[in-house]
Amino acid sequence: MTNGRKHMMKRLTTMTAACALLAGAAAAEEVRVYNWSDYIDEELLEKFEQETGIDLIYDVFDSNEVLETKMLAGGSGYDVVVPTGTFLQRQIVAGAFQKLDPSKLPNLENMWDVVSQRTEQYDPDNAYSINYMWGTTGLGVNVGKVQEVLGEDAPIDSWDLVFKPENMEKLAACGVHFLDAPAEMIPAALKFIGEDPNSHDDDVIAKIEPVYAAVRPYIQKFHSSEYINALANGDICVAVGWSGDILQARDRADEAENGVEIVYNAPKEGAQMWFDQMAIPVDAPNPDGAHKFLNFIMDAQNMAAASNYVYYANGNKASQEYLIEDVIGDPAIYPSEEALNNLFTTTPYDARTQRTVTRLWTKIKSGI
Amino acid sequence: MRRLVLISVPYLWLLALFLIPFLIVLKISLSDTALAIPPYLPTLDLSEGWVGIKAFFAELDFENFRFLTEDDLYWKAYLSSLQIAAISTLLTLLVGYPIAYGMAMAPDQWRPTLMMLVILPFWTSFLIRVYSWMGILSSEGVLNQFLSWIGLIDQPLTILNTNTAVYIGIVYTYLPFMILPIYATLEKLDGSLLEAAEDLGCSRLSAFWLVTIPLSKQGIIAGCFLVFIPVIGEFVIPSLLGGSGTLMIGKVLWEEFFNNRDWPVASAVAVLLLLILIIPIILFQRNEQKQREREG
Repeated sequence: MTNGRKHMMKRLTTMTAACALLAGAAAAEEVRVYNWSDYIDEELLEKFEQETGIDLIYDVFDSNEVLETKMLAGGSGYDVVVPTGTFLQRQIVAGAFQKLDPSKLPNLENMWDVVSQRTEQYDPDNAYSINYMWGTTGLGVNVGKVQEVLGEDAPIDSWDLVFKPENMEKLAACGVHFLDAPAEMIPAALKFIGEDPNSHDDDVIAKIEPVYAAVRPYIQKFHSSEYINALANGDICVAVGWSGDILQARDRADEAENGVEIVYNAPKEGAQMWFDQMAIPVDAPNPDGAHKFLNFIMDAQNMAAASNYVYYANGNKASQEYLIEDVIGDPAIYPSEEALNNLFTTTPYDARTQRTVTRLWTKIKSGI
Repeated sequence: MRRLVLISVPYLWLLALFLIPFLIVLKISLSDTALAIPPYLPTLDLSEGWVGIKAFFAELDFENFRFLTEDDLYWKAYLSSLQIAAISTLLTLLVGYPIAYGMAMAPDQWRPTLMMLVILPFWTSFLIRVYSWMGILSSEGVLNQFLSWIGLIDQPLTILNTNTAVYIGIVYTYLPFMILPIYATLEKLDGSLLEAAEDLGCSRLSAFWLVTIPLSKQGIIAGCFLVFIPVIGEFVIPSLLGGSGTLMIGKVLWEEFFNNRDWPVASAVAVLLLLILIIPIILFQRNEQKQREREG
């Protein structure tokens, strides 16, 4: 919401500025960016406009599925979009993106090979995308409330917290939200029962149904962005969510000084590692401007400013010297070598399995 | 000739804004999903001429409609939507009728102001008003803080993300649609009829029941349809205020489209929803027509 509102204000100011300029200049150049909500330092957007003289129109979404619907409908009108690795791979196959022109992206040399090697499994040779941020999917916990309900030794660093009915039964009173993202919640449940989280086998995937059936009555909501505010305000006590979002909730609670203490943990059994990639749609109205935006984002200081604001790790090696200690020094954001080995990645489902998975998820959510 | 032009305007309107979109949706509901742009097959290729058109029609089938009957999610969602729409229409009527009655009984010079107050909420975006209900109903929200401040509760009530919140949101949002038609009929009500009833020994309560209610029947029916029909397909209120237990067809439709990215099945759900909605819409039309005939 905050982003949406700011963005509206921004549009208004851009509009007024545009009107003022209308007399002198021809129609100003525009770049339209579609990114995740709460995912950038707004000052960077202004900086881009000042440096390049291009009008930036910045819209937000909170689900890969919504983005994919727009990409596959075609004619989205966006110049830069930010799908997660697995979704990017599907959309490349569908022909939704255009290849990047490296000659327009001198800042590519700033990228970090540790991340680039991993993103190659979704986008071979990184031909279509650059990494924006990466992170993990884990547990956001309101420590005070959870310990009040489950006792001092509550398993706040384990999937047991949200997949064991005896825990969830007690947590239901203070509120639990799950991500509405089957591509992450199904692997998490598979990890909990000790199966391969990247399994594409129908019979294995079906095993998660009883896991969810047992805890679903205690889940207040499946939603992929409301939990940031709900955690920060103390409206809920546990959220399965994305690392940086939960750390933002932690900071908002700190700023509000409302006595809410939020902690993020990547579960010890293993957590999913994901990569959000910036790409240019095949029908982008201004691919030139899109390249300028990508190059601007890959600037070491700009990328560092973005990470320092949203508390997500990035795939930019050169930016690391500008990162604040709170970010680069936090193992929840930049995990140690050892912790990295405990993270897993997934690959996209084929069309048939995808349908099984989405049906299964709809069933789980609606409780039928 | 002039008459023909005049008549053709609403029909062209219907053709452009209803029939053509409906045919497009119907066509998608007969297609198959695909990982492509657009995400379904087949697409019409006119460059191949007649052969292309024939091949196109050969690939359409009713597979998706069969799928809807196999999965009980859809029937349950339709039924649950009907139930939520019926209950919230009743609640809106119970809240709206006294308000409309009060407005109609108020002194003449007050009525424009009262009318204005009913319409005033429309000046703010509907979305913002629903969001503010989230702030009121959440467990750390205004309502819970007030209730615990006056000492009525010691644990916050869970209202947000439940069906109760959905009912509150719907009644709040659709209230003007119930008030205005009822007010319109009550305002025209001839006061001498009530006097006559009292002269003949009717108590005020039974006069209200035997005279006022029957005479405002048209307004009640119009108000109920104006609430019931859009609530069945309502999507915004259940997705913002409802929780994991709220099952409504509008939400299912949205999920088919955006989460499952299954346009053909989403279109099939939409076609069925339309067919189900046509029944109350026709009933509504009949009612309007009867009223016009009576007045004419």
